[in-house]
This record gives sequence, structure tokens and C-alpha cells, in this order.
Amino acid sequence: MVLMQNVRKVYESSNTVALDNVSLTIEDGEFVFLVGPSGSGKTTLMKLITGEVRPTSGKVIVNDFDMSTIKRRKLPKMRRTLGVVFQDYRLIENMNVYDNVAFAMRVVGAPNREIKERVPYILELVGLGGREKRMPGELSGGEQQRVGIARALVNSPRMIVADEPTGNLDPVRSLELMLLLEKINEMGTTVVVVTHEKELVNAFSKRVITIDCGEKTGDSNEGGYYGI
Amino acid sequence: MRLGYLIREGFRSITTHGFMSFATVTIIVACLIIMGSVSLLSLNIDALIKDLEDQNEVVVFVDETVADEAAARDLQPYIESVANVSSAQFVSRDEAMDSFMSKYDASLMEGIDSDVFRHRYIVHLSDIAYMSQTKLELEAIPGVAKVNAHLDYAQSFVTIRNVVTVVSLVLIVMLVFVSFFIMSNTIKLATFGRREEIAIMKMVGATNGFIRLPFVVEGLVLGMMGGGLAFLAEWGLYNVVTGRVVGTITGTFINVIPFRNVALEVFAVYMAVGVLVGAFGGVNAIKNYLKV
Repeated sequence: MVLMQNVRKVYESSNTVALDNVSLTIEDGEFVFLVGPSGSGKTTLMKLITGEVRPTSGKVIVNDFDMSTIKRRKLPKMRRTLGVVFQDYRLIENMNVYDNVAFAMRVVGAPNREIKERVPYILELVGLGGREKRMPGELSGGEQQRVGIARALVNSPRMIVADEPTGNLDPVRSLELMLLLEKINEMGTTVVVVTHEKELVNAFSKRVITIDCGEKTGDSNEGGYYGI
Repeated sequence: MRLGYLIREGFRSITTHGFMSFATVTIIVACLIIMGSVSLLSLNIDALIKDLEDQNEVVVFVDETVADEAAARDLQPYIESVANVSSAQFVSRDEAMDSFMSKYDASLMEGIDSDVFRHRYIVHLSDIAYMSQTKLELEAIPGVAKVNAHLDYAQSFVTIRNVVTVVSLVLIVMLVFVSFFIMSNTIKLATFGRREEIAIMKMVGATNGFIRLPFVVEGLVLGMMGGGLAFLAEWGLYNVVTGRVVGTITGTFINVIPFRNVALEVFAVYMAVGVLVGAFGGVNAIKNYLKV
């Protein structure tokens, strides 16, 4: 669950207003597209959710954690309720597929036995069964992003936040990936996808929140992204 | 399980980042050898000065009124009881004359009796910096006629020793700072390429301790490797330099400190510096990447 109330974010170093008076709610189990042109403030909004930045003013609550006042030492606990998927995959190059996914479980102190059961199951779920021993460099972009999704999913987070997950993929792979995220959502996980790909958003009938020039300019449950 | 995993990760990192591990160890070895060599050189100069100081003896002449040799010998405990005296060797007037004759033309002494010489003591001091005070104390002993002490030489040695000590200390402190700077920067460079890896760990919910521990293990191992290799290299280098170069240039009148006499201290210091630099350098290097 995400709750934002009158959120303003100013980057003091450049005196840039990235978000201004943004209020929104994302309920558990929702699938939401967060759209807008480049530089509109989408990434800042995502960073507020992951705790990479704090709001200048206003309230941000993510999975019962108040992100405006959260202590630094509490951030790891909060982040374990999230699964983050990046545009550039961000896999650890010297770890194979299995270890990249298992690593997220080791971080939370999961026992070896559980890791051995859970990782193959998740890899199978994202369509990477049998590729456990491959290194990231040996995989296609789509496959690498699937590893990223598997890593985000392996600890059963309450919410998956994907920042431009299809940014480096061709249209077919992009669609496959979105279908995978839709499947994950149907299994009960909240999914927030940050994107500026109009065609992809319009191919799904999901809730679309539009951000432009740091302000929320649209929130449609019907889906549809008509911006440039 | 987690601790074992983190320690294994630390070791694994050394091989997966092989080149940077090699660079780190090489820099640690180079810095330690430079630092250690200057320290050992300073130690040898100090020992050499101490050696020269020891050769600067004080002569205590026994009064003519104490003509009897046995009575003159009775002064020994009084001389030795003076605080700064490290040794006192009795020389009878006959021995003094023999010594004089062996040094100079014996014909000069024809018809001269040994009575013209006084009984005397050759005295060595623990610290020549206090020579003038010791001279006064020796002169105060009943039965002592005169004390010959080269106060000006002593003062020169003390000045040289002080200058060498200060110069060595300044040089060593500067080298320590420069070495720590170079070593910590090399470790920073080695971890720079891993900032992305750390950012990923943070995003999946890793605590700072979880991220730090493998770096600490890695730093400790690299530091120990650097310290150990530097010790072996220093050993070889020291023996080559002292055994060949110093030996051929200076002949036999300079005694260098054998490496085995300082080996334990050198080893302990090298390992301690290696471990400190490795562990703290690693933790310090990733400090900024943890603020995500």
C-alpha cells in the first residue's frame, strides 16, 4: 500500500522542484502504471517509495512505514516488503542466475534449505527454468530482466516496483514481460510500473496515474495514456 | 549459516576481483617496504651512534696519595656506584706505562719510572648526555685526583643523536601518512567498481553490517597477505643490502643490526598495519556507497 499526501520534493543541490503537491493512494493488490514524459518526476516518485529520497514536505507511507520520518536503520526492513525491478536489470555480473536470485534471500537470513526450494520455483515461474547456472552476460535482455523480476519476487514482497522495466527491450519481449508482471499481480502482489511507453500502457486495461512537470495530472481506473 | 556465508563471500571476492586484489596487495607491500626500510635505516644509524658513544670513555685518575695498587683497586665499588657508570676497568700505573709505550716511541720513556703514571679507571657511561654531571660525581669520590672527559665530543654525539632521532621520526611519520593515504585510496579504487553491487544489496534490503562484513574479511585477508609478503621481501632486501653493500663500502668497523634481532617486531608491525589498513580501509571505502 502506498499513501502520498501533499508531497513536495525539491532537490536542494539544483533547486529543482521534482514533485509538487502530489497526493495518491495505491491499495494492496492493485496494478498501477505510473506514466509521464521524461523528467516529469516519475523516478522521484519511485525513489520516494523505495526510500532513496525523502519528501521535502508532505507524507509518504509505504507498506505501513512512514517514509517521511523512517530511521536509516529501519530502511532494510522496509525494503524487504518491496521488490524493485530496474530498467538496466542491475544483476551482479560475477554471480550466476541462481545466486543472483538466492542472494536476495540470503540478505534476509533465509535458511539454505528454503533457498534451495524457493529459487528454482521462482525461476520456473518467470520462465527461466534450466538456466540457473548461466551468467548474466550469457542471457538476452529479456532473460536478464526476468532474473531481475525473479530476484524482486523471491522474498514474496507485498509490492513490486518496476522502473522502466521494458526500457531496454524490444516490443515483443516488453509485452511478454508485462504479461509476467500481470500474472504476478493476479497472484496477489501489488505492482507499480513506471514507464513512458504509451503503446504498452494502452495494451492493458489497468489504472494509470499520470505525472507531468512534477504534478499529478491524471488518475484513470479505465487505463489509457494519451500523453506524448 | 549467514556468518559462514559472509566470510565465504569475503574470500570469494578476492578471486573474483583478482586484479584489484593484486593491486591492493602490491601497494600495501610497496608502502610497507618503504616505511620499514626507512625505520630500519634509522634504527641502524641510532645503533651506530650508540656504538660510537660507547667508545667515548672517561678516564678517572687515582690520587698519588693512594700509591698502593690494592688501595687504588678499593675505589672500584665507589666508582661503579655512580648512577650513570655502566662499567669501570682498573688500569695500574705499570699497565698505563706499557700502553703509552706501545702507542708512542718507547725511547722517550728510557730511564723514566712507572711512578710518573697514576693508577686509573677506564669508565664507560650509560648515557653520555649526562657526562658533565657524572664527571662531577666521580671527582667527588675521595681518592680521585682528576677526571678526563671529552665533554665537547659528548655534546656533539648527543646533538647528532637528537637530530637523527627527530629527522627519522618526521620522515617515518610522513611516510606513514603517505602510505596510509596511498593504501586507502587503492582500496577505494578497488571498491569503486563494486558500488553498483552495493546499491543492489541495499535495494534488496541488506543491512549495512551484512554488506560490510565481506569487505572486512576481504580487507583483513589482503592486509595480512600484504603484511606477510612485505615482511619476507624486507627480510631478503635487508640481508642483501646489509650483507653486500654496507659490507663492501664500510669494511668491518660498522656493525649492522642482524635482521633476526628485529624480525619479530617488523613482522608484528607489518601485520598490524596490513590488517588495520585492509579492514578499516575496506569499511571506510564503502562508507559513502551505504548511504542509499
